[in-house]
Amino acid sequence: MALSDEARARLAPAAAEIIGRYPKSRSALLPLLHLVQSEEGYVSQDGIAYCAEQLGLTEADVTGVVSFYTMYKRKPVGEYHVGVCTTALCAVMGGDVILADLKEHLGVEVDEPTPDGKVSVEHVECNAACDYAPVMMVNWEFFDNMTPQSARDVVDGLRSGAEVKPTRGAPQLCTWKQASKILAGFPDGQAAEGITAGGPTLAGLRIAKEQGWRPDGDSK
Amino acid sequence: MTTFLTPELSAHWDEPDSFTLAGYRRTGGYQALPKALAMSPDQVIQLLKDSGLRGRGGAGFPTGNKWAFIPQGDGKPHYLVVNADESEPGACKDMPTLLADPQELIEGIVIACYAFRADRAFIYVRGEVLHVARRLMHAVAEARAAGYVGTNILGSGFDLEVVVHSGAGAYICGEETALLDSLEGFRGQPRLKPPFPAIAGLYACPTVVNNVESIASVPYIVKHGAADFASFGTERSKGFGLFSLSGHVTTPGQYEAPLGTTLRELLEVAGGIRAGHRLKFWTPGGSSTPLFTEEHVDVPLDYESVAAAGSMLGTRSIQLFDETTCVVRVALRWAEFYQHESCGKCTPCREGSYWVVQLMRDLENGKGSESDLAKLLDICENITGRAFCALGDSIQPSIASSIKFFRDEYLEHLRHGGCPFDPAASTLFALESA
Repeated sequence: MALSDEARARLAPAAAEIIGRYPKSRSALLPLLHLVQSEEGYVSQDGIAYCAEQLGLTEADVTGVVSFYTMYKRKPVGEYHVGVCTTALCAVMGGDVILADLKEHLGVEVDEPTPDGKVSVEHVECNAACDYAPVMMVNWEFFDNMTPQSARDVVDGLRSGAEVKPTRGAPQLCTWKQASKILAGFPDGQAAEGITAGGPTLAGLRIAKEQGWRPDGDSK
Repeated sequence: MTTFLTPELSAHWDEPDSFTLAGYRRTGGYQALPKALAMSPDQVIQLLKDSGLRGRGGAGFPTGNKWAFIPQGDGKPHYLVVNADESEPGACKDMPTLLADPQELIEGIVIACYAFRADRAFIYVRGEVLHVARRLMHAVAEARAAGYVGTNILGSGFDLEVVVHSGAGAYICGEETALLDSLEGFRGQPRLKPPFPAIAGLYACPTVVNNVESIASVPYIVKHGAADFASFGTERSKGFGLFSLSGHVTTPGQYEAPLGTTLRELLEVAGGIRAGHRLKFWTPGGSSTPLFTEEHVDVPLDYESVAAAGSMLGTRSIQLFDETTCVVRVALRWAEFYQHESCGKCTPCREGSYWVVQLMRDLENGKGSESDLAKLLDICENITGRAFCALGDSIQPSIASSIKFFRDEYLEHLRHGGCPFDPAASTLFALESA
């Protein structure tokens, strides 16, 4: 895909804002790559050239960075990109079964979108939610305590356009492109949506309160 | 029950608006900041030293000392970089902290930067957590609007800008110098130390890199005093911290308790191992730390005691596995994790992790011979201490300890011609249907 003149014009103020956040412009590279991914859905050669131009780098410099980080895709993924955690603990708790089942259910390989372009799947490494294992991400929102059936229900819902809500996250699930825009540092106004904390996050606090174990009433 | 939990950082996480500025202030938030601003910066550093707070990101380096290393009057900008790149397998405390209480971190950032005289802070948050990024950006915006961030904070003359920076998927960026390279827009590969970041960190300027929980503990310490904080914990591991229980435990989750609490005590409040099963092995501090077994449940979980028992406290990431779990499979999956995340900069880690994974796969599949165990341990030993950073050193612990405690289980794979375990038995769904 080529980055059109319209797209470049649209990106210009956002790119300038990103670069303005840092004392040295090269620090803007990661968010700029999220930004071009929000435009095209992946980081194209044009996207690489765009970032290189913005920062006075070579395309080789930028390509070296793109290839290092797993969240930058060099080919289009689904509108909803599903990541199943299969690091040891989630794998044991069911992540292995869930990933294998989803690939079979959707008939796709890793990072390959379904024919309707709606969903793609990959394995992700530990996503810092082990107390909710097995964990699945959709466009980097948490879907906790998954089973093969609940994972199928999520992707089927995403393909049919049914409402699908993360366990902990914004109830209005972003598209892959919208999520990339947020990661570039442009929030979508949903910060106050969704729950504060899930059950496991509150487990210790709940038990301590039941036992009257708060040593300090006003504890901040 | 012999213990009690100390929900201090997590005290208000059950409030529906704990992540907002209003919710944070209602429950006592931003009372520490004016107190700190009324002190001299050096007094704040001394307070942190006196509290005994040690870095909560795994290494346990005294936070106050780290701040004191920043040279003053050097004419260079100073930076605080908050390491919110939580990705150690088993670690799951910082992301819920940021979802529920990001203002606690922001208040800590402002106090820290005042203390070691930084005028810019970066929060490097892993990329794969969209809602955490939202909550952080929201918290910074609210704090700025209220005058806690920006110019002339609370009329003190102190200025600070805070920038939220999302990563893009790389475990190695949790290593502090790799994080700095990543934040500078490069591949996230570690730097040679020395020079340490306190001398040449971000943009070659003096920089403190602190974990989320370390900085989030600062408001409590300023508000309640160093002696109060130091009254929790043990002689050399002071204070309280989040213990994250995951896996085959009845009630997984976050348990804030004094350092030195034992797994037996934590399991008592968490309802024990899932019904009908018993503990087989566990990690005290994430996948980088040597495994413990049932015989270690009474080890006080502080830096010294865990080290004396042969492991590391790390990030207090307690992953629990019951007898349905194949230890070879788990060790293999961690090896695959390190192989996947090895940055490629140094040969021992880049090449060694591939050899380790090949041998581990063969062993899990019942191929190879008993002599492969010796070969595996030999390769591991040749990585440890010879790698560029701690990632390489993290490959050996789970493998060596699993062979030490469960050698016969490895041999059983060879006798059996494959894994003798039923993987379905250890899943959450097996747990639910049981």
